[in-house]
Amino acid sequence: MSTLDLARLQFAITTLFHFIFVPLSIGLAIWVAICQTLHHRTGKEVYWRMTLFWGRMMLLSIAVGVVTGIVQEFQFGMNWEEYSRYVGDVFGAPLALEGLAAFFLESTFVGLWMFGRERLRPGVHLATIWLTALGSVLSAYFILAANAWMQHPVGYALNHAARRAELRDVFAVLLNPLLLLAFPHTIFAALLTAGGFVLAVSAWNLLRGREVDFFGRSARLILPILLVCAVLTIGFGDGQARLLEHEQPMKMAAAEAVYKTQRGAGLSLFAVGPLTAHPRHLLTNIAIPHLESLIATLSWNGKVEGIDQAQREEERRYGPGQYMPIVGVVYWSFRIMVGAGFALLLLALAGTALLRRNRLARSRRFLRLCVAAVALPFLANWAGWIFTEVGRQPWVVFGLLRTSEARSPNVSATELVISLSVYILIYAALTVIGGRLLWKEVGHGPKPAAGAEGEGAAEEVALAY
Amino acid sequence: MRDPGALETVWFALVAALWIGFFVLEGFDFGVGMVIGLRRRPLEEQRALIHTIGPVWDGNEVWLIVAGGATFAAFPGWYAALFASFYLAMLAILACLILRGVAFEFWGKGEGERWRRGWEVVLGVCSALVSFLFGLAFADILGGVPLDAHHNLRGGFGRLFTAYSVFGGVAAVLLFLAHGLLFLSLRTKGRLLAEVGAAARAAVGLLNLPAVAFLAWTALEQRHGGVKVSATALAAAAALALLAARPLLGRGAGRAFAAGAAGIALGFAALFVWLYPAALPSSAPAAHTLLLRAAAANHYALEVMTIAAAILLPVVVAYQAWSYWVFRQRLGPAGEGAALPRRLLRDGR
Repeated sequence: MSTLDLARLQFAITTLFHFIFVPLSIGLAIWVAICQTLHHRTGKEVYWRMTLFWGRMMLLSIAVGVVTGIVQEFQFGMNWEEYSRYVGDVFGAPLALEGLAAFFLESTFVGLWMFGRERLRPGVHLATIWLTALGSVLSAYFILAANAWMQHPVGYALNHAARRAELRDVFAVLLNPLLLLAFPHTIFAALLTAGGFVLAVSAWNLLRGREVDFFGRSARLILPILLVCAVLTIGFGDGQARLLEHEQPMKMAAAEAVYKTQRGAGLSLFAVGPLTAHPRHLLTNIAIPHLESLIATLSWNGKVEGIDQAQREEERRYGPGQYMPIVGVVYWSFRIMVGAGFALLLLALAGTALLRRNRLARSRRFLRLCVAAVALPFLANWAGWIFTEVGRQPWVVFGLLRTSEARSPNVSATELVISLSVYILIYAALTVIGGRLLWKEVGHGPKPAAGAEGEGAAEEVALAY
Repeated sequence: MRDPGALETVWFALVAALWIGFFVLEGFDFGVGMVIGLRRRPLEEQRALIHTIGPVWDGNEVWLIVAGGATFAAFPGWYAALFASFYLAMLAILACLILRGVAFEFWGKGEGERWRRGWEVVLGVCSALVSFLFGLAFADILGGVPLDAHHNLRGGFGRLFTAYSVFGGVAAVLLFLAHGLLFLSLRTKGRLLAEVGAAARAAVGLLNLPAVAFLAWTALEQRHGGVKVSATALAAAAALALLAARPLLGRGAGRAFAAGAAGIALGFAALFVWLYPAALPSSAPAAHTLLLRAAAANHYALEVMTIAAAILLPVVVAYQAWSYWVFRQRLGPAGEGAALPRRLLRDGR
């Protein structure tokens, strides 16, 4: 394994681990804010208990998300020195803004929320959770602005003497058309993640007949949110795909495993190619005729650009080279993302239908399905991330800088192996411990209502440590 | 040596201010972490100690993240050279910050004395180690490390350890421990206050001494190329403030804490002024020193970031100050005086 592979593996592992918690935290923060708002409006005890129960899970998720995020902030400098030099002028700005505008907000107000319940007026305390949620949403905006620039560089000029890209128009970077689609896509996906999680935990407890009112109410509240977010996530995802057909034709061609540019292209459901990184053809392809053209171009015989043509065009623009990403990874990650998204949509539809007929809590088969579906949003998030990053290869900044030119030239393989091992060890420990604590929280269920337990109860309800 | 432009100087000052904010604020979090890790205490006492920094430590740590982000945006060349050169030290810092961060949350969510004690030790050890590594790294930056033409460290991790840098690391650990003790003198009551107050009275004077000595050592090291009056004056003021902290303790913990905080702020300010106009000095050969000018982003990017920082940073300072105001009460073990928030949380409103 080369040092480049090690650095890439490290980025992939640390980012994917971090990305388990980020969408969950964003979604749960909004969900907890909704619960607390309901309590604030209605004064009903159950909404406050929901705020506490889901709030504790949100805090666990934020804790792991925050600490693994620190690694991301410094990893560019440590492992991707040439990248940092080349893009820092542009890429650093959204990163600094993320810290200034989002991280400070999120971290300060989550502290105020955790510890401030009896120090702040109820309305002010409610505001602190909404500001926490706002901070987490803003952080998604800025980091996606940075990522969108890597996918579709705008608002910059090349300084050939300094061998770097320089910022020319910050508003172009912050209003990147790709960002305007990727941001809502990600935020609704985050809500979908939290929604799937809340639904699964609720279903799991309903199946055991525990706290039926509490979890029934949680499920009833979350299902419509889930439905709306599934539709919107898919909608904005579709918009991104259309934009990418123009901006990164190679990525979309690889996503559909379309090699030859064609009219009336079929939508591939299952394709297998030779087991190499860059196969030139497919071995098997089961496709629905014309559907790909219909989706991509909204016409029966619309023209869909293939991998071979994209390769030729990039060779013409950037010189000879391999411009094909690992087709198998791009194709299957795209399918997993889209498949999981639609599965969640169907689940939300079925749940909403049961809800309307008031049969949700009794439908055991559906509840079991909800428990199993907890993996879907996480799978979709991972697949989406892998798709967008692997699909951009061999570029780290599309059309400007190749991944192979981006790493730190003097960081040795030994150092990379050490750091990779340290991260794997720590993250594995976090998974085991965090998972156990989360399981305990789920298992314990919500704390009993006030007065239901003796005053001397050892484990009191708290958000604080 | 070409001087940096005005905007680059502003950004250097801003990056310095972010680091100073980090050390002044997170410094006492590190100190409190060490106090918690140093010895066993009854559950409620340790909880009260954790709660003195519970609401704010995360916000304090963001000063580091933003210092990193601001360096990336304003001085990409510095960001790239610095973190690649200090690779393993930075890895250790990150590992400690991760473990330290989850230690709070895991401590509170788990059960059993051994579980909690385990995380208390993690908290203490990581707080001390991070302090040491930051002290070491700053001493190395100031003193210079051997760099290649690419402004990367030559000779590997071992080159970071010199008598001067190790002393800087030790001084930082003790300085932050003192800072934590003074912070706790301000934020605790009852039995806890008796304990930390006594520790502060006994130790703060001694604990601050190595930092004063480190500043003096640095002043001697930095004489080449003429004495920098501004930096020397800042360092002298810092030394005075650090030496005044213990005597001021008799006149109230608030004054002593303020003196200690001022000492940390002035001391790090002195280090940054000494560093200027370099970003990363090379000890050998000197020609490989990375200058701020060479490391900076272009004028437009700096302008944009200046406007953003001018708008956002005062707002941040305002709400962080407000959060310190909200959590100004002294804390002690539950049952000793006023109740902790947890009891009130129980009954909903």
